[in-house]
Amino acid sequence: MPTTPTKSKNPLPNRDRMKILRQHMPERPAAERAHQFTEVNLGYSEELARQEALRCIECAKPTCTEGCPVGVNVKEFVQLVVDGDFLGAAAKIREDNVLPAITGRVCPQEDHCEGDCLLKKKGESLGIGYLERFVADYEQKHFDVKNIVKAPPTGKKVAIVGSGPSGLTAAGDLVQKGHQVHVFEALHEIGGVLVYGIPEFRLPKQIIREQVDYMRAMGVEFETDVVVGRTVTIDELMEEEGYDAVFIGTGAGLPQFMGIPGEHLNGVYSANEFLTRINLMHAYEFPRYDEPMVDFRGKDVAVIGGGNTALDAIRSALRLGARKAYVLYRRSEAEMPARIEEVKHAKEEGIEFHVLTAPIEFLSDGKGWLAAARCQKMELGEPDASGRRRPVPIVGSEYDVPLSVAVIAIGTSANPIVQSTTPGLQTNKKGYIEADATTQKTSRKGVFAGGDIVTGSATVILAMGAGRRAAKAIHEYLTTCQW
Amino acid sequence: MFKIVQAQFIAPGIKRFIIEAPRISRKQRPGQFVIIRICENGERIPLTIEKSDPQNGTVNIVVQSIGKTTHLLNSLETGDSILDIVGPLGKPSEIENFGTVVAIGGGVGTAMAYPTASAMKRAGNRVISIIGGRTRDLVILEKEMREVSDSVFVTTDDGSYADKGLVTDKLRQLIESGARIDLVLAVGPIPMMRAVAEVTRKEKIRTIVSLNPIMIDGTGMCGGCRVLIDGKSEFACVDGPEFEAHRVDFDVLVQRNAMYREAEKRSMEVYRHELEAKKTATNAGQPVECALEVK
Repeated sequence: MPTTPTKSKNPLPNRDRMKILRQHMPERPAAERAHQFTEVNLGYSEELARQEALRCIECAKPTCTEGCPVGVNVKEFVQLVVDGDFLGAAAKIREDNVLPAITGRVCPQEDHCEGDCLLKKKGESLGIGYLERFVADYEQKHFDVKNIVKAPPTGKKVAIVGSGPSGLTAAGDLVQKGHQVHVFEALHEIGGVLVYGIPEFRLPKQIIREQVDYMRAMGVEFETDVVVGRTVTIDELMEEEGYDAVFIGTGAGLPQFMGIPGEHLNGVYSANEFLTRINLMHAYEFPRYDEPMVDFRGKDVAVIGGGNTALDAIRSALRLGARKAYVLYRRSEAEMPARIEEVKHAKEEGIEFHVLTAPIEFLSDGKGWLAAARCQKMELGEPDASGRRRPVPIVGSEYDVPLSVAVIAIGTSANPIVQSTTPGLQTNKKGYIEADATTQKTSRKGVFAGGDIVTGSATVILAMGAGRRAAKAIHEYLTTCQW
Repeated sequence: MFKIVQAQFIAPGIKRFIIEAPRISRKQRPGQFVIIRICENGERIPLTIEKSDPQNGTVNIVVQSIGKTTHLLNSLETGDSILDIVGPLGKPSEIENFGTVVAIGGGVGTAMAYPTASAMKRAGNRVISIIGGRTRDLVILEKEMREVSDSVFVTTDDGSYADKGLVTDKLRQLIESGARIDLVLAVGPIPMMRAVAEVTRKEKIRTIVSLNPIMIDGTGMCGGCRVLIDGKSEFACVDGPEFEAHRVDFDVLVQRNAMYREAEKRSMEVYRHELEAKKTATNAGQPVECALEVK
């Protein structure tokens, strides 16, 4: 519930606030963490959090909030941290973000709130992500179901397809408005990419479980093992099961392969399979868990790609005992889409970055297993459609990198299951669902969509932004009955 | 949790489960499959759907004990539960009146061939079934196949029942006898499906096989089940499981299915060891811990 804007209790004049240096995030030492899956970042203490919060200069027009895809009221929550009202700060964040413990850990803050922070011009931006994480973790420790406030029941039913960041966000916002919300998940655990994609050392499963439990306490219903489009269709949900609106947040789809020779060799994985085995299926705990994985001990492993998924994969391989762990990326480090903190952590842990390098063939050991990647050096040419400089192969630069395992993390293409089983649902050339940029409305009445199934692979926070916009539009649709 | 309404061995090491899964039972079509996870630390494996009963909200699956998970599954009894069952997955079989369809089932593959053969018959086809097994006991669903076929041939590798030989011997005989065959459907072990493909390739008879690569999510997300079709990667879970046999690269399928052979062996050894330990302990007769959790 909205709290009245607090008057700042920050005792320091702006000049002094800017003298305080950004408080470092305490983290596990690189040598120690490179061999275990426990979380790298340890979180701020109350003292560190208050010290960091004091740095906020409380801009009249906070650019941080404008830069946030879900519009978190940063200035006010940070003021509440200064006051020591951590639960108040958590409530303030929750007005706009139902998954603060998650975004506080995995959001690329440098591209959003912190990238737009005025302090950055004079030095380092405010540690907004670190503060968000601190507040969310504090709330978790002091959580009380009684504090959950929601609107009286509206009698309307909403189905959410997919329990990833966009679906969870839409569910959280809608249940607070008094709608009955039912989330369908294809896998056996709730969380989508948060569970199968992001490793324990960056986002512990316990955190996701706690956030999901919080949503259960808010009244959200969850049903696992339902592949919408196969187990039940969107039309059946609306016509037979009485849902008044549906939000499709099925996420990033089919993993893309490179289409180069040798991709079918044993030892060549898609990042999705590699990470799913480790994260969702606990293959790193084999044979206590049944799902197997290639034995990485003493082996050389490479990931192809430069995004967060690529770094998650290669850092996991290192933790599974890889002797050498490489990132092969075809552009330069400046174009790498991964979060800055992940690149830093990866380097500290001993991951070798081979930039301007692209595999052109996977070579076999003669027995069906990967032996090496034949790579080509690249140079940067003119900017391409993405605005980044296009990598151009250097003729005659081929060389072989001996490898036992290669993980391909170059993105995904649209999963067709929902689209192909929902007549009248419009898709674009690439097969992603067409949805309005402000309301997330699709071509089908009562059906909304958001996240990676609309935009293609993006980030957790951008998917959450879409979930939030959809929730707003769904609420409007359900209360006005106007499409 | 999905309750096992009935569990019964139909052959040595092959068990039929009738499982309460109302949503799946309403949607299942021939050719589709489910993925199950027995318990919290279990793996996800794809399994054949024999048939479903939407009125009672149940699906039938037929399971052969091969590795740890199938052994553990086949130790479950009526009244036990399975933690997860998801489906129906994959594209349904292409059912139309082709004319004469030969449905070939090898071993436990017969359970997957059966619903498609049945639908082919209902679509007006003349259905000739060939079912085979290593030995007499491993020929399954003969009665059911007879009910949906115009004629049924049975082969056993060791000649302990019906005709001695392979399903492909029978197929070749049919072709040589001049019988008109418009479509062949083959479901069974990879060597069998490959052999069928080789026989029909020469005769240019359209042939469909149902592939069984290693799979995790079954929704296209992981790409683990990729198979090489005409030199291109396709996903068995969303593009299949049925493919045109003459386009399948069976070498790659065999090679990729062997990827975890060592781990599978180790898993089985650990399971056997635990089973032995349980038997000698005071709680003799109890199933392994994993199975206990699901009761």
